Formats: sequence, structure tokens, C-alpha cells
Amino acid sequence: MIEPHAHKRQSIDWSIIGVYLLLVLIGWLNIYASVHSSEASSLFDWSSRAGKQFVWILTSLGLATIILFVLPPRLWEGICIPFYILVVFLLIVVIFVSNDVKGSHSWFDLGPIRFQPAEISKISTSLLLSFVLSQQNFRLSNIKDFLLAAGVILLPMLIIVAESETGSALVYVGFIFVLYREGFSGWWLGLIGMVIALFIATLTAGPYWSIVGLIAVLIPFCILTGNGAHPWRRILLGTLFVLFIAFLPGILNWTGTLVEEHVDYLNHRIWVPQAHESAGYFWDFLPNVKPLYLLLILSVGATPFLLIRAYRNKDVALAISVGAFLLGVALVFSTDYLFENVLQPHQRSRIEVLLGMKEDLAGVGYNVHQSKIAIGSGGLLGKGFLQGTQTTFGFVPEQTTDFIFCTIGEEWGFVGCLVVIALYTFLIARLILDAESCRDHFTRIYGYCVASCIFMHLFINVGMTVGLMPVIGIPLPLLSYGGSSLWAFTILIFIFLALYRNEKKYF
Amino acid sequence: MKSDGRHIRLLIGLGAAALLLLGRIFTLQIVDEGYKEEAGRNATIYETIYPTRGVIYDRNGVILVGNKVAYDILVNPREVEAFDTVALATVLDVDPEFIRSRLAEYNRRRRTIGFQAVTMIRNLPAETYMRFDEVKYKFPGFRGQVRGIRDYPVNAGGNLLGYVSEVNQAYLDAHPGEYRSGDYAGMTGIEAAREKELRGEKGYHIYLRNSRNQIEQPYKDGAEDKEAVPGHDIVTTIDATLQQYGQELMQNKVGSLVAIEPSTGEILALVSSPGIDVSMLADIGKHWNEISSDPYKPMYNRAVQASYPPGSVFKLVNGLIGLQEGTLRPEMMYSCNHGYSFGAGHKLGCHGHKSPLNMEESIMMSCNAYYCYVLKNILDNRKYGNVAEGLDAWHDYVESFGFGRKLGSDFPAELSGSIPTSKTYNRSYGKGSWNSTTVISLSIGQGEILATPMHLANLCATIANRGYYYIPHIIKASEGVEIEKRFTEKQYTKVDTTQFPKVIKGMWRAVNSGPGMGGTAWIAHVDSLNICGKTGTAQNPRGADNSVFICFAPMDNPKIAVACYVENGGFGATYAAPMASLMVEKYLKGEIKRTTLETRMKEANLMSRVKHD
Repeated sequence: MIEPHAHKRQSIDWSIIGVYLLLVLIGWLNIYASVHSSEASSLFDWSSRAGKQFVWILTSLGLATIILFVLPPRLWEGICIPFYILVVFLLIVVIFVSNDVKGSHSWFDLGPIRFQPAEISKISTSLLLSFVLSQQNFRLSNIKDFLLAAGVILLPMLIIVAESETGSALVYVGFIFVLYREGFSGWWLGLIGMVIALFIATLTAGPYWSIVGLIAVLIPFCILTGNGAHPWRRILLGTLFVLFIAFLPGILNWTGTLVEEHVDYLNHRIWVPQAHESAGYFWDFLPNVKPLYLLLILSVGATPFLLIRAYRNKDVALAISVGAFLLGVALVFSTDYLFENVLQPHQRSRIEVLLGMKEDLAGVGYNVHQSKIAIGSGGLLGKGFLQGTQTTFGFVPEQTTDFIFCTIGEEWGFVGCLVVIALYTFLIARLILDAESCRDHFTRIYGYCVASCIFMHLFINVGMTVGLMPVIGIPLPLLSYGGSSLWAFTILIFIFLALYRNEKKYF
Repeated sequence: MKSDGRHIRLLIGLGAAALLLLGRIFTLQIVDEGYKEEAGRNATIYETIYPTRGVIYDRNGVILVGNKVAYDILVNPREVEAFDTVALATVLDVDPEFIRSRLAEYNRRRRTIGFQAVTMIRNLPAETYMRFDEVKYKFPGFRGQVRGIRDYPVNAGGNLLGYVSEVNQAYLDAHPGEYRSGDYAGMTGIEAAREKELRGEKGYHIYLRNSRNQIEQPYKDGAEDKEAVPGHDIVTTIDATLQQYGQELMQNKVGSLVAIEPSTGEILALVSSPGIDVSMLADIGKHWNEISSDPYKPMYNRAVQASYPPGSVFKLVNGLIGLQEGTLRPEMMYSCNHGYSFGAGHKLGCHGHKSPLNMEESIMMSCNAYYCYVLKNILDNRKYGNVAEGLDAWHDYVESFGFGRKLGSDFPAELSGSIPTSKTYNRSYGKGSWNSTTVISLSIGQGEILATPMHLANLCATIANRGYYYIPHIIKASEGVEIEKRFTEKQYTKVDTTQFPKVIKGMWRAVNSGPGMGGTAWIAHVDSLNICGKTGTAQNPRGADNSVFICFAPMDNPKIAVACYVENGGFGATYAAPMASLMVEKYLKGEIKRTTLETRMKEANLMSRVKHD
């Protein structure tokens, strides 16, 4: 255990500030790279986006200094309730007074500056959530307490949805990680994850592969967490089972070819089954449907045995796995049914494009396609600073804001992407570890809130540019052009640094 | 609340998410090559190099259709930035509203246009283009493109040459994969018939754009570029001077003039009047309404498409058939009492001339009655059981001269005319209810006979050759351009070559007997040219008779065969004979001695006589 006195001198986490400065610098340079062709000017020209970003960076650094050195750290815990109420008020007001910016009503237009209360709302929500969760007698298992915490998160989230800023609202889903850290059952987390994963998997890969995937995840889960007598035997059996399922379509295809080539000696030609009239029908049919039903028959047969076994061995993991499996199967089929029969065609096509099931290179798919081209063309080392062609010709839309990662990918290549993602990962991990080391609950929970926000932004934004996520317009923290976003993340991070410093000072 | 290792699980999750993103990026950047190629396409500009269209020459190397430079303005809508519309409109000499509406249209079509450039304005004059070139830096997304358009140094053969225009959707559909929107193609005449040779192959230069969106350098130093291959030149059989002269003679008349070189079948001149002036061809779009609303249908090529009764020139065919069949001998005399009487009070009239007369004289004086006997003897020949079979035998003879069918020339849109068979009359009169007198007007080229001026010129060439013809054609074989073998093969008629000199004698006398001797075409006489000709005066149900004349010269070793058909021109000797002979004189002598006649022909205006629908 390190002595409190030893902490006192290094109570500011300079590594976080270092990473912060690096990311801001990278962002600034790449904004310049994105616009230098259309706004030929220097890095410091106030009229260009790079110049404006420089001003935002300077003011952010000023804000950071004030938060870290001037304002009393305990202030935040004290003002979190009125602050939250004020921001909620602003969130509602902005719907009525703002101009329409690309269909969303979320910007306050104050002459030369515009700002988005949704950005500040991340700070106020984090503060109030930390305050609520850190109360002495607060228990997430208590339904009232849980609803309070959920309300703190959901209220701004729903208002932001009403502003048509669905992307920003999605970030609030990240607070579930905070709840998890504070005792929210991991099962719920897993369940929510499973529902989302199965929904997407059913629509993209089909019911069969969704269920195969579900089994492939559940069996190792049973093996790793269950309490059986012969772990090695189970591992072996489980592996064989997964392999069998995975290769089932191949096996069935192979048996299909056996019956196919009957030589018609009368007509001296190879007999081809009728199904071949519609090209490849016979082949498509087997892997999609037959193994699925085979699998279901096997599963229905095995389920009672597994349940009895779970009861005898008091194997909770097995019981939960069987439950999750049944739920998953129900979900897979209802998704399929819902998608095919309940949704209107235009709703269906929208989801299909979002999930990349349908190429729509001219419409919704255009942005992602161009973004993937830009990043993909970067190669290992990239084309070099200011040498990108895709990002600067306006092929990629919103190149300084939501798609700034494309410029990094194109001009700095895989190495550049690796560095940027490593910096973010370090930043988030460092926030979690620092938070974990705090004794003050408010500081710890707030640290997790900051980490979750940055993580959600990172994952959604980068995921979007590489086609892993649907196009959801949210900025990349600290890198994307824009004062609102940069200020908000600066305040978010530096409040934690101030709290952390305070913690290390007094404990 | 204790962590219970939850922060470790969250950190593992964070690591997994980071690896997932990096794995995806790795796939995009390192594994998958496709995106680099697409980026390459995005960052390169393909500049189309249009080939020079082949030049069309006349038979003596005179350029009929050449090329000159025109300027188009292209727009790449995705590169257009805010600009001063009025300034651009002023520079380009167009209405600002025009630019706005075009840009609005491109915006509507932006998904189909993509990164392509579209042509906004065509055929700008050079000075306007130069003005634009100086200030084009102010208008990103707009650029100029130089391309060749057609140029016509001599006003000869507007209808023959045809026009070139931008392909429309129907044309693109009819030629899948060969053309792209914005390309030009020959639509009519030689331009259409020889499109494949004339058009050449498009090429392209690929340029790399640098990160400032400027063209920096040729892609791979031009290694992937493709140069345009110029189109093949086409040499026509047309004699530009003769063609132009024919057009001058035919001005203000409706009809055709066709001249053929008998020894090759090459068309020396093909005039359809009224025709299209070449100045209209260059910018056909501008004149389209004017042309299509003209009641005289200038686009209609009468020389190969109009079907006329041939009139008396057809007597030559009947005479030749009679000779071949043995039902006519040159020395046979028939009398003519101002016509031929048949049935109860029917009479086919004739003009006043010497009577009785032999075959030579019948041609020279164009006696109607004589040919009534000739045809009657052919049809009522005992060797054919009845008149129907006789008529069908006659039909086969006539068809062997090229009548009643397409000659198969290389000129598009040729029509076949028509020659009746027994079926024709069985339909009109009923089987067995008609006889040789019913169809007697066939003897003088009236009735159910229809032929194009091209047919008549071909008949003339056949007689000039003493019994065979070459399929008339307008394209000569030249480097890279082949003509079909059939154009170099002799086509014999069913009449022996030995019979032809007998009628030629009559044709010579028709022209060269001197005034007062009864020759119908003495006006066509030119000293020392030995022109042989036959007049025709064909009935026209709409007004005055049509004036018809065919002739060739010299009598021995003929160099030119001409057919002239003037609607509502009156007697064959009135307009057709003078004009056809002037053509011969022009071609063989190079200059016209009979200037009074020439002036009278050129100045004659028959348009008011012509009635149209």
C-alpha cells in the first residue's frame, strides 16, 4: 500500500492529460487535412475549420485549467441537481426555438456560435447519476432505487430522441456499464446484449446461423462457469457438438450431391433434379431450412435432459443457458416473423440498408461506402499527411465531424488507426482504473460515467465509419471538429481529474 | 460497493471492442484490395478522347464531308461550388435561367449522374469558348471539351450524305453497349450506312487528381491511356461537280436525277429535289422543325424511294422482251392512227408522227400504238397457254432488269416499286375476266407499273452495257473499307445481249436525228457526244404529266447513264431530256456550250404546278 503522502505530489493523472492533448492535436491536424483543399489556408486561419478548431482547443484548455485549478472540486456534487434540471429545461426549450439542422432540432443559435445542449447533458446526467448511485442507502436491487437511476438516464435520453438526435441518445445506453459496475446484474447485461446480437444476426445471417451462434456461445459458457465432474470430457463433447453443427450444412450438401448425379442412360445425359430449374434452389434450401429443423428437433429432445441434469447437479449456469437458449430461439423466430410479415416494406428496406443486407450505394449506403473506400485505400502506412484523395474531394461527407476517422484511416493507414484506437483504449482503461482506485463513491461512479460516454462515442463512431454500425451521426470525442463536443468532453474529463485530485489530496 | 472483479470484466470487454474495431479496420486496409481500386476510380478522371470521324470524299478526292472543331461545356455537378450564375451566363451567352434549370435538373438526377460529367451546352462558337476558357477557374465543376463536328465544303449530296446527331435513348437501346449518352452517330444516308467505319474508336486519358482536386499527372504516365482511333475515310462514287450541277438544274422542281457509270454501276450523282442543303446538315437540330414541316418533304429521297409510272421509257423494256421472245422483229411495221383502238370504241392515243413505222422508228418517235402490238404479241403468244401465263413470263423478264424489287444498292431506305403479275389482275378483275387489252397500258409504262428513278437509271445503264448491269452503289472500295462482292458482279437480264444494239439504234436516232425528223429527244443532242436516249411522258393523276428521260453516252463504250424524272414537267423533251443531256455534257465535256438551254433549265420553276397532300 502506497502512503497517502506519496500520492500528494502526483495527484493529477498527467497520463490522461497527455493522451487528451495528443488526441486533440491529432484531431486538429486531421481537420486541417480534410479541409485544406477546399479552404486553402494555414492551420491558424480563423476563417477555416482548422483555425476555428484551434480557437476551440485554446478555450478548452482554458476551461480545463479553471476546472482543475480554480473551481472547488466539491462544487460539482453540490450543484448536480439544479444543473441537471437546467439542462433538461434547455433540452426542451431548444426543440421549440432552434432552426432545423439536417432534420434535427438540437442547436441553439447564438449569433456566431451554436451549441448543442445534448452535449452538456452528458455532463449533467453523469453528475446526477453519480450522485444518486453514491447515496448511502442506495441499492440497485431495490426497485424504487433502480427506477430512480433509470429515470435519471432515460429523461434526457427521451428528450434527445424527440430532438431527432437519435445518435446522441444512443450514447446513454452506455450508462448501463456504470449500473453494471454498481451491482446491476450481469445477467441483464448479457440478456440485453444477446437480444441485440440475435436480432441483428437473424436479419443478416439468418435464423440457422443465429441459433448455431447462440449454441456456440452458450456451450463454452456452461463449460467455463458450470460445476461438473468431468470438465475435460465436457470441453471435448462441447467442441465436437459445435463442430458438428457448424459443418452440418456442408455434410448435407455433400449427401445432396450423392443423389444428384443419376445418369439417365436412356437419354444419355446426366439427370438433374427438378429443383435445379430455379438456379441453386436445391443448395440454398438445405443449409437454411433443413439443418434448422434438425437442430430444433435435437434441441427439443435434449432440453428436458439438460434441465433434469441442471436440477440434480444444482448447475445454475446450465439452467440459465437452457433458458437463454429457449428465449433466443423464440426471439429468432419472432424476429423473422415480425420482419417478414408485420413490418411495412419501406420500414423493412430501411433496416436492411442499416444492417448492410442491401447495397444502397446512392442513398443511405453512400456515406458508409465512401467512408470504407477512404479507410480501405489507406493501406498499412497511409498516403501521408495532406495526401488523401477520398476525404478531401468531398467523396466522404461530414469529413471534419462525424467522419474524421476516415482522414486518419486514409492518410495514416492502419498504423494511424492503431495508434488512435490504442490512445482511446488507454484513456478509457486509465479512467476505469483511476475510478476504481477511489474511495469516494461519487468520484468512482463519475469516472465510470466518463469512461462509458467516451467508449460509446468511440465504438459507435468508428464502427460507423468502417461499416460495423449503422450510420449514426455522433462525433469522435476530442477529434471531431466542433466546439460543443470538444468543450463537453473537456469538461467531462477534467471534472473527473479534479475530483480524482481532490480524492488523492484528502484520503 | 465492491467491484467483485467487475471492472476487470469491463476492461476485458473494452479490449475486445477495441480489437473488434481494429480487426475490421485491418480487413479493410490490409486484407481487402477492392477498396483501393475503388479509391483509384474515385481519384482518377477519365477524359474521353473522341476520335475524328472519317472524312467522306467524292470519286475525285474532293471532300464532301470533313470535320471542324466545336466546343462543348461539361459540368461535373458534384464539383460545382457556389458561383455567379449571371457571370457564367454572360460569358457563355445564355440565359441565367437556363443554367439554373439545368443545374436543378442535374441535382434531381444526381444519383444516376454520380461523378460523371454531363454536357450542358453543345457546339459553342470558338470565340465564346475562348472567353469561357479565360475565366473558367472561377467556375469549379465546369469545363470545356473540344470535339469534331461535321463540315461540308461543297453543297453536294445533302440527302445522300445524311446527318450526324447525338444518340437518343431509342438509338442507345438499339445498339446496346456501343454508344454512351452524348455520343454522336450517323442517322441517315452514308453517315448511317457506313457508321461502323466512319465513327472510329473512342479513347481516353486517365489523370490523377491530387489532394487539391487538380489534375496532377497522367495516371501511370499514360500507360493505361487509350488513344482514339480515327474513323476510316469513305470514298464515294459521287462526282461532286456533277452532283452539284444536278442540284442546280433541279432547283425549284420536284423530282430526281440519277447518273450511273454503266461500266461499274457507280452512282455519279443522285439528286432528289427539293433536297436538304448541307448547311442544314451541320446543325440538323436547329432546322428540324423547318425540314419536317416542309410540304415538299426534303428528307424524302425521291431517287430511291418515290415510285412513279415510268412512262414511254418503258417501251424499251417491252421492245427487248418482244425481240427476245421472237414476237417482234426490228423490221416489223405497224401503223398508228393517232393511237391504238381496241375493244368497243376504246383507244390508246398517240401523237402525230409518220405511219406505219418499224421498231427503230417506234423508239425514235415513241409510238404508243406500236408497243400496244408488241405487248399484245408477247402476252398472247401461243406458247403460253393463256394471258395470265404470258403476263407472268413478261413479269419475269421485267424483273430481271431490276424492276419491281430493290436493286440491292448500298444506299439505305431503297424502295422496290412494283410490277404486276397475273395475281394482281386476278385480284382486281377476277381470274379469266381480263385479257391483253385490259392491261394494254403496261405497253407504254403506265398502269400498274411503278419504278423509282434509280430503276430507270439502272435500265439505262443496262442498255448502255448491252445487256447487263452492276448493282448501283455509292461507296467505292478504299483502304479499310470493303464493298460487298455483289457490287462487282455483272447482273444479266433474261434478254440476250445480242438484242440490245437493235434498240440502241432507235435511241440514238431519237436524239441525233435533228429537229423536224420526228425524233422525240432532238433537244438532247450534243455535238460529238453520240447521246442515246428515250423520252417518257408519264401521266400524273395530280396535274400535269411527269417529264421523263433516260440517256447514255457515248453510244460506244458508254461513260454515263442518266435518268431524269421531273414531276409535272410535261413532255419528256420539255425538262427531263434537256437536263439529262446537260448532265452528260457536263460530265463528258466538263463545260456547257448550250448555255441558253442551261439557263432556261436552271431558272425554270415548277413548284407551283406541284400539288401535294
